[in-house]
This record gives sequence, C-alpha cells and structure tokens, in this order.
Amino acid sequence: MNQSDQPDNLPGTVGEGLEQRGVSRREFLQFCTTMTAMLALPPSMASVMADAIAKARRQSVIWLSFQECTGCTESITRSHSPTLENLIFDLISLDYHHTLQAASGEAAEHARALAMKDNEGKYLLIVDGSIPMGNPGYSTIAGISNYDMLVETARGAAAIVAVGTCATYGGIPKADPNPTGAVSVGDIVKDKPIINVPGCPPIPVVMTGVLAHFLTFGSIPELDELGRPKSFYGETIHDRCYRRPFYDQGKFAETFDDEAARQGWCLFKLGCKGPVTYNACATAKWNDGTSFPIQSGHGCIGCSEPNFWDAGPLYKALSMPVSASSFMLAGAAAAGAAAGVAITWHNRSIKAAAKTAHEQVTVQDLMREDK
Amino acid sequence: MSHLDLLTFARGSALNWALMLFVAGVILRLFEIYSLGRKADLAVSRTEPPGSGMRTVFTRTLPPRGMLKREPVTYISGYVFHTGLFLAIFFLAPHIELFRGLTGLHWPALPTALIDAAVVAAMVALLAQLANRMASPVKRMLSGVGDYVAWAATLLPLLTGYMAYHHLFFEYTLMLTLHIFSVELLLVLLPFTKLFHAFSLFISRWYNGDWFRRKGVAS
Repeated sequence: MNQSDQPDNLPGTVGEGLEQRGVSRREFLQFCTTMTAMLALPPSMASVMADAIAKARRQSVIWLSFQECTGCTESITRSHSPTLENLIFDLISLDYHHTLQAASGEAAEHARALAMKDNEGKYLLIVDGSIPMGNPGYSTIAGISNYDMLVETARGAAAIVAVGTCATYGGIPKADPNPTGAVSVGDIVKDKPIINVPGCPPIPVVMTGVLAHFLTFGSIPELDELGRPKSFYGETIHDRCYRRPFYDQGKFAETFDDEAARQGWCLFKLGCKGPVTYNACATAKWNDGTSFPIQSGHGCIGCSEPNFWDAGPLYKALSMPVSASSFMLAGAAAAGAAAGVAITWHNRSIKAAAKTAHEQVTVQDLMREDK
Repeated sequence: MSHLDLLTFARGSALNWALMLFVAGVILRLFEIYSLGRKADLAVSRTEPPGSGMRTVFTRTLPPRGMLKREPVTYISGYVFHTGLFLAIFFLAPHIELFRGLTGLHWPALPTALIDAAVVAAMVALLAQLANRMASPVKRMLSGVGDYVAWAATLLPLLTGYMAYHHLFFEYTLMLTLHIFSVELLLVLLPFTKLFHAFSLFISRWYNGDWFRRKGVAS
C-alpha cells in the first residue's frame, strides 16, 4: 500500500507500529539482539539496529511467486522471530503477494502497479520460484509471463531478494531435463543487487534476518560468490552439526533404524550432504529453534546448493560414485582383456617372425668370415 | 558451474572414465607382461625344495642384513609411506563407502584422527624420499621424469585429502572435488607408470625367488 495514502490509524514508522501493538522496548531489543547475533554483527549493533528499525518507514515489499510450490511462503509464515504478523505489519509493507493478499485479479495487479509507482527505486522485490524460458505460457500471472513481470518489477526495485532454491539457482524446476527451461532470478536480472537466500525452503529466520539487515543499514549484507549472505551461509552444516564428533570417531548409522541411528550417530553413510552444504540449519534450526533435519534423524539433502537435485542420489554417501557400477567395471575388464589378447597376439607374432627370420650360423660360416 | 556441479562431475562421469581406464589398463598390462612367457629352462634345477618363490615374496619386505643402516631413509620412509597410504585408502570411512558403492564389500573404519596422522606421516615420508632421491648422486642419476611424475601423482591425493579435511586453501566442496580429480589422475596413470608395481610386485618377487632357486641361490 502507498505510504502517503495510509489511513491515520496505520503507523508511519516501525517504531510507531510496535508501540501501537504494545511491544515493549525490552522485547524489541531482545529481537534486535537475536538478529545481530544471527547476522554475525557485533553485540553493540543491537541498539543501532533497534534505533534504525524503529525510525524506518515501513519498507514497501513486492513479493512475486513464479514456478514454486509456496513452500517458501509457508516457511516465512512460520518465522518465529519476528512472527509474520510483526513482519508484515511492523517491519514491512507487503504491498503485493498473490498468495497472502486478499485482493485478486485486477485489484491485485493494481496494488503492484501502485506500489511500484509510489516507491520507485525504493521498494524491495522478493521473488520465489524459477522463471520458465522455454515457453512464456508455462507460468503466467494475470496473463503476464513470469519473465515480463520480473523484468518490469525489477526495474524500479532498490534490491532483490531471491528466496528459495528455485529463485536463487533454478531449483527443482531446473532439474534435469528442465522441461520448462527454468532459470534463476540472477540469470535474468543483471543490473540490481540480488541477495540469494537459498533453501528448499529457506530457514525463516534467515529470510527475516536479511530483511532486518536491509532495514537497519539500507544496504545488502556481505555476500559470498554465490550471492548468499555470509553470516548465514558461511559454514557447512557438517562443521556445525552436533553429530560431527561421531563422524570424527568413525561412528556411523548404517540404516535409519539401527542402534547407531537411535544413539544419534553420524548419518554420512546414509547420504547426508552436510559436508558440502552451506546453510545455518545446524545453528539457527527450525520451528522456533526446535530442531533441524539431521536432529530429527534424516541426513541433509543439500537443498540450499545449486543443482542439488542433480547432484547424485540423496541416499548415497557423498564419497560414493554417482553412477559407476560393478557392471561397468566388468565391461572395462572385458575390454582390457580383449585388448590384452590383441597385444599378446601382436607380441607373439613379432616373436614368431623373429624366430622365422633367424638364420643359424655355423662354425664354418664364422671361419669363412675370418678369412 | 558451481563447486557442487564440479563435484557431481568428479563423482560421476570423470570417476566412471577413470575407473574404466584403470581396470582396463591393469588387465591389459597384466596380459601384456605375463603373455610374453619365458623360454623353457632346460637345465636341471639346482635346489629341489619348492617354496622359494613364496618365501621371497615375504623376505623381500625386510631389508637384507646391513642395508637398513646403509639406507635408513629409503627403508623407513618406505615403510611409513606405504603403511600410511594403505590405512588412508582402505580405512577412512568415506573411502570404505566408495568401495561399498563399487563392490558391495565393506569393513569397519578407523577413527579419522588416526587416518589423519597416518596421512601426515605418509606425506612427510614422501618428502623425505624426494629429498633423499635428489641428494644422492646415484639415485638422482637413476631417476627419470617418470619417477617424479609418479611421486607427484601419489602425493597429490594425500595432500588434497588432507587439505579438504582441514579446510585449507579452498572451501571444502572445491577441495574435495580436487581430491577426487587427483585420485582419478592417479587411477589413470597407475597402469602405465612404475606405480603398476602395486599389482606386479608380489608376482615378480615370486618369479625372482623361484628363478634363483633353480640357480641354486634359494632364499
């Protein structure tokens, strides 16, 4: 919604909004302290963040959903701190999100157009889902192709947050054989800062942390070479996993229901991709910090990495071959044996030829040569 | 191409080709060597009791009298390197999973810290061997390009594996990929370089032992 058109009862700044909802300064500082810790900022930044967010006008956000499963939205609605309610009404002004908004059809598209016009160059664009390039008709919203809507909306955005592995790297729609020609946001938009928040879905607090950073500093957090915020994606799941000591001791679960699994030993042999997956699951966790996949007994599937779906079987250990088989090796052995027979035949024929060409020299021959 | 894509390639097509070349190469070389045959020995054997060949297979593992003192670096670094390499290849849990993936066979692993120490020892031994090879005029003269290539191809998997485990130099996914590539290079080179001794060693020891028995110098 356009901020200048806001009715009087809607807050202008986040601080006012918090006050209206009876959120105490203590609670707000607690939230900011959590966020600064999550973003790997110095503790002193908590009060800076609190001041900045309290004074910030509610950030206009346009959320576009393309080829996705709504899992990312499901995830953010379970964002424990802040809650979605806080997020929508206190921190941001979610001007367009076709799953969550009440308006539909023309009214919905009008809201997007208005937000774009009123906040030209200032609004934040959040995208989940990949963009089909094979045929524009594969995915459309209000008759507009995903590609056209992305290009049009990205033009006036201050920054873009690509949430979920589909928007960041193409995700499952891009998995081989990629029937829709799916691409990521970064494949299309080249002239805007893009924050990649991958995961299938991403951890809620990672999404809200990125938004809190943007509101506090007005800039995007430090990113790695894959465009991910370093504070959340700086370390692998494996390195921060509470089961890591078992890996080092060589203690592994062999099946999902053996004694070792019940003892909580390492899931590497069951295909855990934690060693090559950069995400904050092992530290931030899910459901209000309750648990994460490995803690609930299943290995990491590496969902926040590019092309994870095509990175070998989910239940094969990382050190296992992706496709090599004993049948293949037997074939190679047979080929080697056939080549061996050929080379044997070749060597023996050289030997036989040498034997045939060999002329016997007698003593008389040698004596004749001496003369 | 992301690091994970590169890793998938290393674990996929690259590994398939390296394994196929390795297996085919080893079988080919074995055929090549053993099908040459030997001329029949028409002389009467000097020593009758059999078993000299088998004994030699084991006795050649130990240094002849006085040789350990004369060539301590060669022997000690040789033992340390081969033991370290053997433990790393066959007793690191992820490696056992590789063998399980290929053959279905598996066995208990050793603690990672122990393998880590064995790998460090093996790398130090390899460096000592190189220094010794270059310092000794005789060894230096006997060494060709193939010797140094074999040395480097053996060191690389140990070094990259160590660096991957300790998160040195490159991030883990890329380092792990480089480790797998280095092993693939080793697999392809092995059948066609002196590294083939991994397969020919015991058979040639047996042959020498048996031959010497016939000459009357049984071990």
